[in-house]
Amino acid sequence: MSSFSVTEPSARQKYFAGTLVSLYAIITLLPLLWIIATGFKSPSDAIAYPPEVFFEPTLEGYVNLFTTQTRVTAEAAAELGEPQTWYEQIVRDNDMIIVGPSRYGERFFNSVIIGFGSTFLCIVLGTAAAYAFSRFRVPLKDDLMFFILSTRMMPPIAVAIPIFLMFRQLGLNDTHAGMILLYTAVNLSLSVWLIHGFIDEIPIEYEEAALIDGYTRFQAFYKIVLPQAATGIASTAIFCLIFAWNEYAFAVLLTSGTAQTAPPFIPTIIGVGGQDWPAVAAGATIFLVPVMVFTILLRKHLLRGITFGAVRK
Amino acid sequence: MAQIRIENVRKEFGAFTAVQSSSFTIEDGEFFMLLGPSGCGKTTTLRTMAGLELPTSGNIYIDGEEVGQKPASQRDIAFVFQMFALYPHMKVGQNIAYPLRSQGMSRVETKRKVDEVAQILGIQDILKKPVGGLSGGDRQRVALGRAIVRDPKAFFMDEPLGALDAEFREHMSEELRALHDRMGATTVYVTHDQLEAMQMGDKIVVMNHGVVEQFGVPQDIYDWPATMFCASFIGSPSMNFLTFDGMVGTGADTVTVGETQIQMPTLRDGAKGALALGVRPEHVRFDDSSGYRGEVIATEYLGTTQIVTLDSAHGMIKARIPSTDVVRVGERLGLHFDARTITIFDTERGTALRSAGNEGVLSHG
Repeated sequence: MSSFSVTEPSARQKYFAGTLVSLYAIITLLPLLWIIATGFKSPSDAIAYPPEVFFEPTLEGYVNLFTTQTRVTAEAAAELGEPQTWYEQIVRDNDMIIVGPSRYGERFFNSVIIGFGSTFLCIVLGTAAAYAFSRFRVPLKDDLMFFILSTRMMPPIAVAIPIFLMFRQLGLNDTHAGMILLYTAVNLSLSVWLIHGFIDEIPIEYEEAALIDGYTRFQAFYKIVLPQAATGIASTAIFCLIFAWNEYAFAVLLTSGTAQTAPPFIPTIIGVGGQDWPAVAAGATIFLVPVMVFTILLRKHLLRGITFGAVRK
Repeated sequence: MAQIRIENVRKEFGAFTAVQSSSFTIEDGEFFMLLGPSGCGKTTTLRTMAGLELPTSGNIYIDGEEVGQKPASQRDIAFVFQMFALYPHMKVGQNIAYPLRSQGMSRVETKRKVDEVAQILGIQDILKKPVGGLSGGDRQRVALGRAIVRDPKAFFMDEPLGALDAEFREHMSEELRALHDRMGATTVYVTHDQLEAMQMGDKIVVMNHGVVEQFGVPQDIYDWPATMFCASFIGSPSMNFLTFDGMVGTGADTVTVGETQIQMPTLRDGAKGALALGVRPEHVRFDDSSGYRGEVIATEYLGTTQIVTLDSAHGMIKARIPSTDVVRVGERLGLHFDARTITIFDTERGTALRSAGNEGVLSHG
């Protein structure tokens, strides 16, 4: 044995790699921390220059995010009596009163329905299509696969106007179904291609063994192929969700009232009572949570998914 | 346990015909070998029998029942794959239990069966392990366990030893054969290794280019090959062919090769044109009184025997002689061929002429 090893990095290499990774993590995490911090600042702290790193945290941004307020005269406010709750107190300090909840909750919920709904559809349809392409003799298989990929070659927004007109004709404008359909259509090519690659890696003998063992084709798919493809399906789901969750342009164009998602709503918060950056930051922070939770839940699969197939075992 | 009968099975993949028209019968309890070079259609034949491919035409009978168009799950057979195909997300015990679960067997009964099979194969201590870290031999045993656990009508094995180390193959082949003898189950085994086929099989089917070349017990196929392909594919080194143009008549018991008369079993067929005289290396002897001569060009030492390669007027000849005999390269020696073992082939058709020696073997094949 020689002291030199190709596979085991030396202490200095490890140190160097660790430094690089930490540096990268700091660079990517800094804006995120800034947004989260801004959510807890007062409006004046939020726009202070130089930026304040240490500040007195307040929930004002969050209260502003979730409520609709109006300005009243001091006499009118006095007539209402003392504020009942802590958040009324925060609002009253600015000479405002709460007249009702804001629409953020609704918009957030729309995002959840549309984001997860389209991801679910993408995965179901994508897995079925990918399995068929991988296992059955499909006529013009390669051409069809290329066609599916080609639907993703232009930026989706390039076809915004035809889609807008079609949606108007079909009555899909500003509906949940319409947005789910649209995001599914955009993501499906990615999902078919990714999952196809994963299923191709699963030896067909596993299914044949299950067929011999007395299972039907569907049972073989369900009990043998799906667990094997779980890694690929999970990472594909994350990609689909991130796209649908963050999509802005179509959401602005096609939704306004009932089906509006959070991304087009968050910028409109700015308009309510001056430049309310803490409320915007609070909206963005809450908006991050579901994708983060979803990704953390599936992170094991994601890591394996990214390197899947890279090394022939 | 069951008899399996294949009748005129043909399998096409688009324009390519993998199996042309196979017919043979596997008797109950037989260890049956499908032997041939890669691409000869042996695996396709096996997969057709198992129901993993459906035949383009022809019938397959398992236990008297026609199953040609039935899916694999309804044929009640077990299949051992070359790469074992153990379900990677299950533990060893779950893998073995999997066929039982499809039958809806109770938990207690399943456990009893799995334990019993694990006992037979000597893998009780790894039942709880994931299949990922197992050695090749243990994987092989688990795959076998999954096959035998449900007492199927027949076992189909597609080169099951192909993925093992040479050293371990020997051991596993003995284990397999012993397992078969103990269970008495009809087994169909695909291999491209003629030694493995001769060693383990009760009967052998030799296939080439999608056609059954010969069907019979190993010794018959070795001694009396029906075609030149069988003669050259089986045996190491393979059968010698002395090629010559000539004529042989029905009832002849000598043949003239060049100027030498060579004795052979009495012919039942006649032929003329391009012929070949086939003789196994161990039936070639050196005899100075013989008029047929060859020049030694190489010797190969194999322990107790040696292979001597000679150049003769009608082709290369290899002789297997005791290694104690001294032979020098460059010597010209007289060659004697054991008359009882000679087969004459029609080289155009590639088939053997019937003779007093092989007529018993060829008539049923």
